[in-house]
Amino acid sequence: MTWPVISQAFALVFDPYVLWVILASSLFGLFVGAVPGLTATMATALLVPVTFFIPPVPAVAAIVSCTAMAIFAGDIPGALLRIPGTPASAAYTDEAYAMTKKGQAELALGAGLVFSAIGGLFGTAVLIAFAPVLAEVALKFSSFEYFWLVVLGLSGAVFIGASSKLKAVIALMLGLLVSAVGLDNPGAHPRFTFGNNELMGGVSLIPVMVGMFAVSEILRFVTSVHPPVTFAAEKIGNVFAGMWGLTKKYKWQLVRGSAIGTAIGIQPGAGADIAAWITYASSKRFSKEPEKFGTGHVEGIVESGAANNSALAGAWVPALVFGIPGDSITAIAIGVLYLKNMNPGPTLFINNPQNVYAIFLVFILANIIMVPLGWMAIKVAKNVLRAPQKLLMPVILLFCAVGSFAINNTVFGVLLILIFGLFAFVLEENGFPTAPAILGVVLGGMLEENFVTSMIKSDGNPLAFFTRPIAGGLAAATALILFWPLLARAWRSARARR
Amino acid sequence: MKLNDAVFGAVFLALSLLVLWSIQSYPRIPGQNIGPAAFPGVVAAILAVCSVLLIAQGVRKHDGAAWFERGAWTRESRQLIGFAITIAGLLFYVLASEKLGFLITGIVMLVSLMLALRVKPGMALLVSVVSTLVIHIAFYKGLRVPLPWGFVPVLY
Repeated sequence: MTWPVISQAFALVFDPYVLWVILASSLFGLFVGAVPGLTATMATALLVPVTFFIPPVPAVAAIVSCTAMAIFAGDIPGALLRIPGTPASAAYTDEAYAMTKKGQAELALGAGLVFSAIGGLFGTAVLIAFAPVLAEVALKFSSFEYFWLVVLGLSGAVFIGASSKLKAVIALMLGLLVSAVGLDNPGAHPRFTFGNNELMGGVSLIPVMVGMFAVSEILRFVTSVHPPVTFAAEKIGNVFAGMWGLTKKYKWQLVRGSAIGTAIGIQPGAGADIAAWITYASSKRFSKEPEKFGTGHVEGIVESGAANNSALAGAWVPALVFGIPGDSITAIAIGVLYLKNMNPGPTLFINNPQNVYAIFLVFILANIIMVPLGWMAIKVAKNVLRAPQKLLMPVILLFCAVGSFAINNTVFGVLLILIFGLFAFVLEENGFPTAPAILGVVLGGMLEENFVTSMIKSDGNPLAFFTRPIAGGLAAATALILFWPLLARAWRSARARR
Repeated sequence: MKLNDAVFGAVFLALSLLVLWSIQSYPRIPGQNIGPAAFPGVVAAILAVCSVLLIAQGVRKHDGAAWFERGAWTRESRQLIGFAITIAGLLFYVLASEKLGFLITGIVMLVSLMLALRVKPGMALLVSVVSTLVIHIAFYKGLRVPLPWGFVPVLY
């Protein structure tokens, strides 16, 4: 890394326009994250049509800062209403609410805020340290390695954290079929276009994302029964009181949460939600006072609050280096990178290192301004939580329609958000996860391209996929993920016999 | 709206067979043993296998349970109307926005959905008009998206 590149990156980020975009998208992220029913993924999906119209660096900055804020802000309704604002806060919502009932709302929210920021900075440090090194390695990769990397990412999405693996595989295959639509294939034959010119270029990613993550949420809102909002806390005191004490007392939990969170984020296919669940469990397991968990004990919030934000930064490692998303948020972000001609991959680090360092800087900046902005958000929380969703949801629907119209200036995009919104809604109602589907749509093109290139290079000999050392290693890692449940069962029964 | 897994399995099996049938007519690339049919072929084959497994799982679970479970929300007329209006609103946008123009389409869409969600009529109209105008100005003026005016005279 060289100083001119870093100073270029500073110039890119500390531009009044970019700073304004960061501030605006942070406030947007805090708002969306804090309103129950609007998720961080939805916030990202809603931002995408807007990023279509702004230059690359502010576009990515908008997504990074919006998601970081939204993941933290999900803690606010969790603590005050017992409704997680985003799924990433669900793991410790009961704990935070129990603390609020004991009159410790400020401690629960303060821990959520401060340790979210620390976890986010930890993940960012790992991102900065590892991504360029990995990019060097990735330069040596050929289509065989990329093929396995995509397969590894997709298997991670299916086999980590999905309740029904069969349904996750089906969702993934449906996503891959969607990605096969259009002319972009070997032989440039129009596949599944039904003679429709709009489908020749493939199904546009933006309407798919807006449909699956925003329209489906709106459908879920209008079909759910809403309990009246009741606040557990009347007054919220100083959220920063006692944070230094907590940091000293729970320093190992903080490090462990951040480290596990980052690792889960890096692992393709699992993100902030799963990181929070796993670290909440690890915190309880290793705690000196596990009996206090569930009664309003802050320890688990420290660990998993740090974990979900660190996972967010970790997920950007495979996203930037290989173009493989770590979770559905980075899947959307990768779509934006392609749209902005910042195609992720090792060449991004060589040709446009200033852009990569600008993304790093935005991560640092976002996690620092999270503290004052989050403090403000907690102060006005009651008003945000009373935001009348009955008015908000219809406006969001219209916004989705306009945003998807704006991509090609045809109503075909609006039809697509309707189709994909309904599709995601019906699938989720029936226990099919949507994350594998979106990963399939995003990665399908890359999977086919590398598969076909490799097959042509090897003259159709499938053994070539295993003979290069790194490719073979990645194949073994994929097999490990695929057969992990079987191995774990064998291990357990072997131990039980002893 | 919950359907038995076997129903989904059957639908996806039909889909995968349809894909496998349609790729038969895809052209081959001279001199290569792999062409545009290969990738969708493999994906559809995996989908077909999974669909059969899902059917088996659904039939095993069926055992007296209903094939079709309506879910709590389909019994509430309010939720059902909200669902229908959301879908109808987007369809209305697709069909009518060119002719009626963005402003009228947007206001109709918002007012009807808000009324379905039991917002007071005056409030619904006010919020709909204001937010449609704000979205229009932001996209039409700010981002220069050519949103149609329809038969409404060009105001700005």
